[in-house]
Amino acid sequence: MQPFTKLTGIAVPIDEPNVDTNQLCPTRFNKVPRGPRHAEILFHDRRFEADGRDKDFILNREPYRHAQIVVADRNWGCGSSRESAVYALYEFGIRSVIASSFGDIHASNCCKNGLLPVVLAQEDVVAIRRQLHAQPGATVTVDLAAQTVTDPAGKVYRFEIHPVRKQCLLEGLDDISRTRQYAERFEMFEEAYRRETPWLFVER
Amino acid sequence: MFEKIWERHVIAEEEGELLLYVDRALFHEGSSHAFRMLDAGQHGVRRPEQVFAFNDHYVPTHGREKGVAGIANPEIRNMVVNLEKNTKRYGITLFGIDDPRQGILHIVPPEQGITQPGLLMVGADSHTSTHGAFGSIAFGIGASEMAHVMATQTLWQRRPKTLRVTIDGSPGKGVYAKDVILALIAQAGAGGATGHLVEYAGSTIRGLDMEGRMTICNMSIEWGGRAGMVAPDETTFAYMEGRPYAPKGAAWERALDFWKTLPSERGAVFDREESLDAGALAPMVTWGTSPEHAAPVTGRVPDPAQVSDEAKRTEIAAALDYMALKPGMALADIAVDRVFIGSCTNSRIEDLRAAAQVARHGRARVPSWIVPGSMSVKKQAEAEGLDRVFTGAGFEWRSPGCSLCTAINGDQLQPGERCASTSNRNFRGRQGTGGRTHLVSPAMAAAAALTGRLADVREFFI
Ligand code: SF4
Repeated sequence: MQPFTKLTGIAVPIDEPNVDTNQLCPTRFNKVPRGPRHAEILFHDRRFEADGRDKDFILNREPYRHAQIVVADRNWGCGSSRESAVYALYEFGIRSVIASSFGDIHASNCCKNGLLPVVLAQEDVVAIRRQLHAQPGATVTVDLAAQTVTDPAGKVYRFEIHPVRKQCLLEGLDDISRTRQYAERFEMFEEAYRRETPWLFVER
Repeated sequence: MFEKIWERHVIAEEEGELLLYVDRALFHEGSSHAFRMLDAGQHGVRRPEQVFAFNDHYVPTHGREKGVAGIANPEIRNMVVNLEKNTKRYGITLFGIDDPRQGILHIVPPEQGITQPGLLMVGADSHTSTHGAFGSIAFGIGASEMAHVMATQTLWQRRPKTLRVTIDGSPGKGVYAKDVILALIAQAGAGGATGHLVEYAGSTIRGLDMEGRMTICNMSIEWGGRAGMVAPDETTFAYMEGRPYAPKGAAWERALDFWKTLPSERGAVFDREESLDAGALAPMVTWGTSPEHAAPVTGRVPDPAQVSDEAKRTEIAAALDYMALKPGMALADIAVDRVFIGSCTNSRIEDLRAAAQVARHGRARVPSWIVPGSMSVKKQAEAEGLDRVFTGAGFEWRSPGCSLCTAINGDQLQPGERCASTSNRNFRGRQGTGGRTHLVSPAMAAAAALTGRLADVREFFI
């Protein structure tokens, strides 16, 4: 996974609350193997007509085709657990989403793929979006080490993130190797656990 | 209850991130991404006997006697075939397309006794919360996490906050578990339980059968909940006894003793509390594009012009635009083009019984499908003659799968079509690009079939 450290990029304001993962990646694209095609899949049915022509959706406009940051509203990424929603964001070029709340599974999927979800207060995301609408193409800076967001006007907001999530993102660490270090603990745990509740284990 | 189960699954801790032991992992054809990761990292599957796979999302709901060969679309067929290949390669139990126990991944495990109280279960599917109805901690995860679970039988998680919802009162005639959960989501908002594990308690919940409890836990995710739970009780144990994977003999007695220790003590403390009076509810319908856009069927389509909050006004206007509804019209007057009774929310035997009770009163005026949640449900319903009630009333009796709930097996709405659906999500395009979804209970869906509109099902009970 690509580490996430500090990013300054074009930010796109998406004003709707409850943007679900079906919008980010319509269900019929779940079967597409991860790859560059996901850039087109992002918000597919909002961006394209059935015959492939562009619809008027913010991500189809310049300069937002080059956006790296989304500034959203509340409950971003609710709904289905599909990780393809994150692949779509990532392949489009998005590296961070700023919202006042996230669907839990989606936020976790973002972190596993090097995409940083940032939670700011509702009034702050509204304020930043207002600036972005006033100056299309303005940039926002997200600094993970410092845990800050800097808006186009230079105002700095601090955000919270769990230390382990932060470290994994900063270093681009993958979980399976982290877990392998606990192999011995796992064996001991499982043995005791099996003794206590033996019926849980399916014998084949 | 949550703490008792959670604590016994903790293997290690790193700054508040806990390494948890996973008892059961569930997934469907959509987990192809997780297998690609497993293959790429050359990780094996650590405890294949604790992992279960299901053909549900991509299976057709008619012409099933032909098995895989009956799937015309090669891309869809591949999803089904690949699941079989991947599970075989790693020695994972598959409830495949030809299996007499086949069905939706949230319907089959309870039926088979795979779902039990006290477990920590994960699924590569957000509605894994369904299984919490048995008093287990059950939640959905993404593909990377699923690959991790398969490789290690563990998962890194932070402790969720806890939220108890106390639901009291006895629902009136025509009001079901589905109406209770829709009313709760309308009250709390689609993000109302974000970050929380929800325990449903109170006399209404105690009075529900397991099917109703599963419907409620299923939709926990629709108001942002990490998981939903109901304390196990006699209803739970009676449901479980004798199921194929349930403990037997002396092990059953031991398991029972353990399960009875799980419910929360009197005076247990939760991070948050909510309540709902189920006695005051009417049947519910959704009018918009989020499950929080729900209202009693006796109500009207909201008028954005009367909403003072600007953001809310824009949101409602956009939803009504997509749904092609006029502000102020009576919800019960909304005409539908189709009806879908199915999905992991409402395709169990009790759901079909409730729908059949209404279907007996007339004939379907619009194309109306019944898609049982599993082969077991289908067989049970046929033994009770429900299939004949439905087909006699002009409904289509189909084979188990997710079908129109998520529209990836080829079953889908045409652009602009409006559907009364017993599923859990009314998101834009969920049932097919441009399709419009109204979420309702199975009895309400049957009433919609008979009348061609979102009729109040109570009209049929007078
Ligand atoms: S029935 Fe619908 S919600 Fe349930 S698992 Fe299938 S697609 Fe998901």
